[in-house]
This record gives sequence, structure tokens and C-alpha cells, in this order.
Amino acid sequence: MKTLAFLLLMTLSAAAAVGESFSDPAMEARARDLQRQLRCLVCQGESIDESGADFAADMRHLVRTQMAEGKSDAQIQDYLVARYGDFILMKPPVQPNTWLLWLAPFVVLGAGGAVAWVTVKKAAAAKG
Amino acid sequence: MTGELGQVALCFALALSLVMAGAGLAGVRQANAAARGIAVSATLGLLVFTALAFGALTYAYVTSDFSIQTVANNSNTLKPLIYRISGVWGNHEGSMLLWLLVLALYAALVALLGRGGPRLTSGAVGIQGLLAVAFLLFILFTSNPFLRLDPAPFEGAGLNPLLQDIGLALHPPMLYAGYVGLSASFAYAAAALMVGERGWARAARPFMLLAWIALTCGIALGSWWAYYELGWGGFWFWDPVENASLMPWLIATALLHSALASERSGAFRTWSLLLAITGFSLSLIGTFLVRSGVLSSVHSFASDPARGFFIMVLIALAIGGALALFALRAHTLQGGASFEPVSRETTLLLNNVFLVAACACVFVGTLYPLVLDAVSGTKISVGPPYYALTFAPIFFALLLLVPLGPRLGWKRGDLKAAWRALYPALGLAGVAALAVLALISPRTVTATLAFAVAGWLIGASLLDIRKRKGARASAFAAALAHAGLGVTLMGVAGTTAWRSEALEVLGPGQTMQVGPYILRFDGVARVEGPNYIADQGRLALMDGGKVKAMLRPEQRFYPAENQSVSDTAIRTTGLRDLYVALGDDRGQGRFAIRAYVSPLAPFIWLGGLVMALGGILSLFGRLRLRAPAPEDAAESQAQAAE
Repeated sequence: MKTLAFLLLMTLSAAAAVGESFSDPAMEARARDLQRQLRCLVCQGESIDESGADFAADMRHLVRTQMAEGKSDAQIQDYLVARYGDFILMKPPVQPNTWLLWLAPFVVLGAGGAVAWVTVKKAAAAKG
Repeated sequence: MTGELGQVALCFALALSLVMAGAGLAGVRQANAAARGIAVSATLGLLVFTALAFGALTYAYVTSDFSIQTVANNSNTLKPLIYRISGVWGNHEGSMLLWLLVLALYAALVALLGRGGPRLTSGAVGIQGLLAVAFLLFILFTSNPFLRLDPAPFEGAGLNPLLQDIGLALHPPMLYAGYVGLSASFAYAAAALMVGERGWARAARPFMLLAWIALTCGIALGSWWAYYELGWGGFWFWDPVENASLMPWLIATALLHSALASERSGAFRTWSLLLAITGFSLSLIGTFLVRSGVLSSVHSFASDPARGFFIMVLIALAIGGALALFALRAHTLQGGASFEPVSRETTLLLNNVFLVAACACVFVGTLYPLVLDAVSGTKISVGPPYYALTFAPIFFALLLLVPLGPRLGWKRGDLKAAWRALYPALGLAGVAALAVLALISPRTVTATLAFAVAGWLIGASLLDIRKRKGARASAFAAALAHAGLGVTLMGVAGTTAWRSEALEVLGPGQTMQVGPYILRFDGVARVEGPNYIADQGRLALMDGGKVKAMLRPEQRFYPAENQSVSDTAIRTTGLRDLYVALGDDRGQGRFAIRAYVSPLAPFIWLGGLVMALGGILSLFGRLRLRAPAPEDAAESQAQAAE
């Protein structure tokens, strides 16, 4: 299965993207942005924007159809999360079970800063 | 026969590594001079027998001896010689043997050339002996590369065609030289704790540098490979396996900086020890992530729970043991170094704070989804947007501070003078930002900022190089490495902000435009490689009515492995890449063609190379100066006076 997924990934099919683009450049840019935010569930390493898997092509089609219906980015994302779970979002949502994920780097930064502050104070005092 | 020879060599290596560990650790005691001699001999013996085992396996691959299981599974007679050799480490068993060979090499270097007193060296050799014992047990019991297959097949299964590439032939040995190189710093740190040796950082520094250079090159090679091989022009995916190599690099970078302070002024001595331990621990964790099958990717050749469990135990022992030693003994090394708040020491400390925070970010981003899934069964994905919001600002802040560090003196610096001396760099930053705003569209805030910072870094490095004629090699080395950061930053910003792409289905004679280029599709020809058949697309790069160049992207099919991969065609001016990939056949001679123009893409890897050159310069500058102590004093005085 893994090999299969990989092969799908390697085949540069990119079928749906051809001939399926909005003529309005602003809409097209929005679609591309949105596609980059969504993970391909088949190859998993890539967004649906980059992936060549059939699944990604279907997803691109779905995103564009919903955009054409006038749905907002948030509505489309909510729809996909309801269907496939948080896993589909490249950017993990900020919610209780990801607080640690989002805060950890800055907690480490803050703690490191505090330790550095104390160290510098001590080193300066050692001189006196 | 070669299989058995390799097997026996591994058994001898195991015996020798046990001797090496025992004698090396015994040699920590002053009286045991004889044990130290034995440890050195055992280390050399380990190197010889490991090399013999590795040679035997390589021979089996080159001669296509399919009675050996790993050869049958990962090679075949159609492969060109170079990929038969690189196939040795293109699989789990062989790559573990390569890991061991690199470990033995480093251990021999430490035993023969290591400075810092016989007791410290002996302890370091002993620790490396323990690591060798662990990895030999791992290889012999869970990943034996010499297992026989009866009956032997006529033909082997072959190697994943993605791995049949020169970039990937070199990437693993380079990365391993980095990963395992950190074992030398780890061994020195542990030995320093045992002996109570304060000067360990000086002794360990050449090995830190070597590991850092290799990691830098290995990561750059991997990223370059992903760029030209995977076919969509990306260069970094925040893939967990890439992250596993980035974390040790971040910590090794922090270690290089903090150890500098430990060596020069005695500051942060225990902190450097902790970093040395952390750096190698992250290498081990990276190995666990990649080898245990927790992550599935092109790197996990085999997933086997027994292997994962074994490595987990090994990690627990290594990290736990080292940390216990640290807790018990770190106080013996503490020294009250004194420095002013405005000094080189403070900037190095800040460097460490930012690098450790950046590493924490990668660590959490990589492991959090795994832990969350294991604990609650909830699956989330941590993709590039997460790192853009956490890693990027932290690293950006670090880059802003980089030029200040080298301009402040040890113990006490003059911030105003440093700032004034940096005016030209500030000017260059302004010019770079304005030039980007004025000349290149689309205008983006991040790209403008990135170019300003790149100008700031490169400007400061140029000032350093110009001003310090006749100074130590290390000043040049630092300037070069810092300039490399600026170069990479420009590459990353350029490709991210200004990449243009086009995807079209073309029939023969039709043209497409991508960025400023016009490409004419001249059809597809069937070509044969040594072990593949390819559809080779022909795209003429047009200049007016004339053909300026031909690009030939391929879609290769490997019959032995029954897999297809794409081979991209890239034409670079050095400032800009034109990148073309051939997609699928749409009938009637029509093909899907993907083309990208990536401005400044080559800078990404060029910067890595410049950084590595800085490391090499530092290494050789150091090797030349056999007794640098008096010069150190003179230089720090000179800097204080500046």
C-alpha cells in the first residue's frame, strides 16, 4: 500500500488542475492558497496543491466547485474537516488539544530567555 | 564465503568493542596506563574488522551475490556499478553497518588524534566502545546484513529507482558522518564528567566541527535531491524525516557557539555538556523515528517493531545514563565565569536560546502528532504553516542578532562601537530591501524583510573579512558561515515569493510560457538507459525565432523494480532555474508538461556550501595552530581594545 501511494505520488498526473482554473486571477490565487492549506490524504507528505494523486485531483475539484458556489474559505475548510477530520488541515487548529503544540516553542523561548537573564546577572555579579 | 567472512568479522568487532569499552573506561583512572594502550589497539581493531565486514557486503553487492538476502532484496544485475555500491546503504541492514563503520572511524580518530589528556581521551574511547557494542548487538540480532537465502534467486528485486541517483548515493554517508560525528562530542562530554576535565570543549571541537560540516552538507544534498527528483520544485517539506536531520543540526550549531565560550572564557561549561548530550540524543531519536517505521516515508526501508524496541532501549540507556552522569558530576566542572551583560558571551547565550527554541519547535512539530495519536487517537497534521508561524519568527530574530556577536569583545564589549561599525551593513540591508521593492514584483513583505536581513548578514561578513586581514582563520570562518546563512535566506525568499509555474497539455509544435521563457514542445522519444526505458520529452527554449537550448525531462520506467519515476530537466543561469517535468501521456502525442521558474533557487544550496566552507576553514585553521593558547590571549586583548 505504501508503495502504491508512493507511485501515485510520483506520477505527475495533475489531471484536474489542467483546464480547471478560474479566469479571475484573484479567485485563482485564493484557490491555490486554499489548496496549499489542505493535506493530501493519500501521500500525506504533500498538500493537495502539489500532489499528483487522484485523491488530490478530486479534492481540488471539490474546493473549486465550492468556491464557485460562493462559499468562504472557512466554510470550505469546515466542510472538509467535518468529512475528513483535523488531519486534512496543514495548519493544526488552535484548540485545547493543540495548545501545547502551539505554545511549546514560545514557552521554551521564554524559559531560555529567563535562564539567560539570570546567567548574565550572575556572571556580571561574579565580577564584582 | 564473503557472507560468512563478514559475519565473522562482525563477531570479532563485537568482541573488540567490548574490550574497547572496558579498557577505555578503566583507563579513566590515572594508574591504568596499560588499559589505555589496550583501548587504542582495540579501537583500531574495531575499525579494521568493521571495514572488513563492510567490504565483504560491498563485494557481495558488486558481484550480485543473491544468496545473501539483503543483496537479493535490494540489488540486481542490471543496475550500473555505482548504484550497486550505493545500494549497500540503500536499505536498513546496510545503512546500519555504514553507521557502525562511521562510528569506528570517529573512534579511531579520537583514539589516535584526540587531545585533552590521556584520561579524557580514554574515557571518550570507552564511551564510543559502549555505543559500538550496542549497535553491533542491534545489527547482529535484529538487522543482520549477511543472512543467507536458500535457494538463491537468479535475479535480485532491485533498488527503489528514486534511490538510484547520485544525490542519494552521497546523501546518507554524509548525513551519517554528521549524526555519528556527534557521538564523539557526546563521548567527550561524558568522559569530561567522569574525569572532571574542564578543557573538554577544546579537545572535542574538531569533532564538533567535522560533524557540523557533514550535517550541513548532508541536509543540503537531501534538499537538493528532493528539489530535482520529486518533480514539483519544492526544496523543504517539513517532512518528519527531514526534521529528524534538522534538529541535530540546530543543536550542533548551538553547541559550536557555546563551546566557543566555554573554551575561550570558561563560560557555559556545563551548558555545553548538556548540548553535546542533547545533540547526539537527537541523532539517536532521529534514527529511531526513521528506522522503527513510526513514520512512513521513502526513508523507512523496513518497519519492524523489534528494531524500534531495541533502538528505544538504546536511546533510554544512552540519554538516561548521560543525564544521570550529568546530574551527579556536573558540579565538579562548574566555574564562575564572569562577563558583562554587553559581551560576546551574552550574544552567544542568546544564540543558544534562539537555536534551542527553534529546535523545540521542530521537535514538538514532529512528535506532537505522534503522541496525540497514541494518547487520544486524534490525528492532526503539522504542516508548513505551523513552522511559518513558529520556527520562522524565532529563526528570523536570531539572524538579526548574528552580525553583532563577532563585533563584541569577550568579557566586555562596546555595543555603540559595534553598532557604528555595522552602519555599512545596515546600508546594504536598506539597499537590498529598496532594490527588491523597486525592481521585483510581486512585492511581498516577507521577501523584502528577508532581503534586508540577507544584506545585513552578508554586509557584516564582508566587513569582517575586510577588516580582519591577518587575523585568525576562525574570524574568516565565522564570517563565511554567517554569509552563507544570508545566501540561503535569499534563495529561500526568492523561490518562495517569485516562483512562477505553468501546467499545460501540449501537442508537438505547441508552445507554452512560464515566467519570461517560451517553451516549444517537440514531442517525445523513447530512449533506453542502462536499466530503464524512458519517454524523453523535448522542449525547445525559444529566443525570438531561434532555439536557444533543449530541455529533456524524462518519465523513466524501471522494469526490474516495476516502478516509474520522473527525471526533471533543469536549466540554470545561476540566478534562476528553469525547471521542467514531463507528465502523463494524454494521447495523440499530447503530454502534460509542468514548468517552473524559480528565481534564486541555486542560492539555497550555494549558501549551504558557503556555510560548510566556513566550517572547513575553521577546522583547518585550528589544526594548523597546534598551540593556540597564547594567541587566544593576545586576540581577546586586541578585541577588548577595539
